[in-house]
Amino acid sequence: MTAGAMRAVKVLVWATCTWPAANLFYKAFWGDLGVNPVETLEHTSGEAALVILLCSLATTPIRRLTGWNRVQSLRRLLGLWAFFYALAHFSFYILFDQACLYWADCQLGAVVDDVMKRKFILSGMVALLAMVPLALTSTKGWIRRLGKRWQTLHRLAYVAGAAGAIHFIWKTKVPEPKPYLYGGILLVLLAVRLVYSWRKRRGAVRKLGT
Amino acid sequence: MLITRASDIRSSEITPESVYRSRREFLQTAAAGAFGAYAGAALLTDDLWAQAAIPGVRKSPLSTTETPHTWQQITEYNNFYEFGTQKSDPARYAGQLKVKPWTVKVDGLVAKPADYALDDLLKPHQLEERIYRFRCVEAWSAVIPWVGIPLADVLKRMQPQGKAAYVAFTTLQRPAEMPGQRTGSLDWPYVEGLRMDEAMHPLTLLVTGLYGKELPNQNGAPIRLIVPWKYGFKSIKSIVRISLVEKMPPTSWNIANAAEYGFYSNVNPMVDHPRWSQARERPLGGFVKNKPTLMFNGYADQVAKLYAGMDLKKFY
Repeated sequence: MTAGAMRAVKVLVWATCTWPAANLFYKAFWGDLGVNPVETLEHTSGEAALVILLCSLATTPIRRLTGWNRVQSLRRLLGLWAFFYALAHFSFYILFDQACLYWADCQLGAVVDDVMKRKFILSGMVALLAMVPLALTSTKGWIRRLGKRWQTLHRLAYVAGAAGAIHFIWKTKVPEPKPYLYGGILLVLLAVRLVYSWRKRRGAVRKLGT
Repeated sequence: MLITRASDIRSSEITPESVYRSRREFLQTAAAGAFGAYAGAALLTDDLWAQAAIPGVRKSPLSTTETPHTWQQITEYNNFYEFGTQKSDPARYAGQLKVKPWTVKVDGLVAKPADYALDDLLKPHQLEERIYRFRCVEAWSAVIPWVGIPLADVLKRMQPQGKAAYVAFTTLQRPAEMPGQRTGSLDWPYVEGLRMDEAMHPLTLLVTGLYGKELPNQNGAPIRLIVPWKYGFKSIKSIVRISLVEKMPPTSWNIANAAEYGFYSNVNPMVDHPRWSQARERPLGGFVKNKPTLMFNGYADQVAKLYAGMDLKKFY
């Protein structure tokens, strides 16, 4: 793939990742977020976070299966966009659901209670918290400084993906196809990694033997 | 060599006439819709606003003085899983439901079991407008001007027997017109129930109208229940059967998830849903969920005595 084509791919990724936010801004401006605006904000941002996170987790399997090495350069971009939407999602929950937009209505005890008591909220919080160190250490400087440990640390992305998918499954009142679809995609992406690491280990053992 | 070759078109692939016709209807509707799309959602709302007005509706002292939500808010944001699980699904798909003619079967422990044409069921009663608070179990709320008759008036006319302790309700099951029933989101048909004293309470309504007009399909046309001190899902829609029974009847959400939805499902800010707090609510159209939820949705003065001595944490 030429550098020009890669640039086009990046522009496409930026445009796609900007779309949900731009759409929400546009609708908010025209007062067109629907009868329950907060639900629209929360659903859109939450789903965007999960889908983009799945995309970032797909870069490594795609590189291995297709040999398209430069796809790896999209990983950080996608990861940071996923974090952006997760953070927006969390902010909507805190500002509107927990009423912290108004200081007088904001009960931090109730927030802590909500997180600790409800596995549905807890799973979302785990997904968000798992992404914080990843976003902070996503710079070139941190990659260099952490060396091999960077790789280990960034396996937290699997935790974020799993917690996010479970959060969506636990959110619905009746089983719905979409959350399970995302969960299934995540399982496939993780399975591909397992197969590769298993083959690598076996290859290493064989090399030792000869 | 014998060459057998299946016919190009298997008999199972030939489109039955009814399907073919409904496809044509669909295409015609879609073509008409393409023009309508210019006006967008506003047109849809205006169409429904053109619902026939119901004559001779009396105001009720049992109405709240709070300002009702708009026609659009009440008719474009609905939980009616028979049409799909998204809030916009009922407004989108309920138009295809045929609500005329409509028959309600009244049976079980009554002196006069019968299949009633809807008009015959309603005719002897005076329609009233009741502006009630509506609280969904999902923690959003609305104020809605219903038109209906007290369920008690209808039940008394049917002369319940002494043994009748509960009233069981059933929603229409017609998957051809209710796309959600072609999925397994809930067990169909939808069923609900009330204890006899709850059913006979003067606040409990059989509703046939909204804003003085015929009830739109997405709100449970042509006849639904409204029990204002209970979470919305207790107020069953598009009723085809009312049975008086001795034992507590099964209810759909309790079947789907007994840990989250009990038989009583009274609005109660002190008893949380396992996945969210019920202490506060978000009135539709608002952003911040900071309106305190009231015990029995603000109807405690009228209904608290029905539950005197009951542990409402246990009987949620």
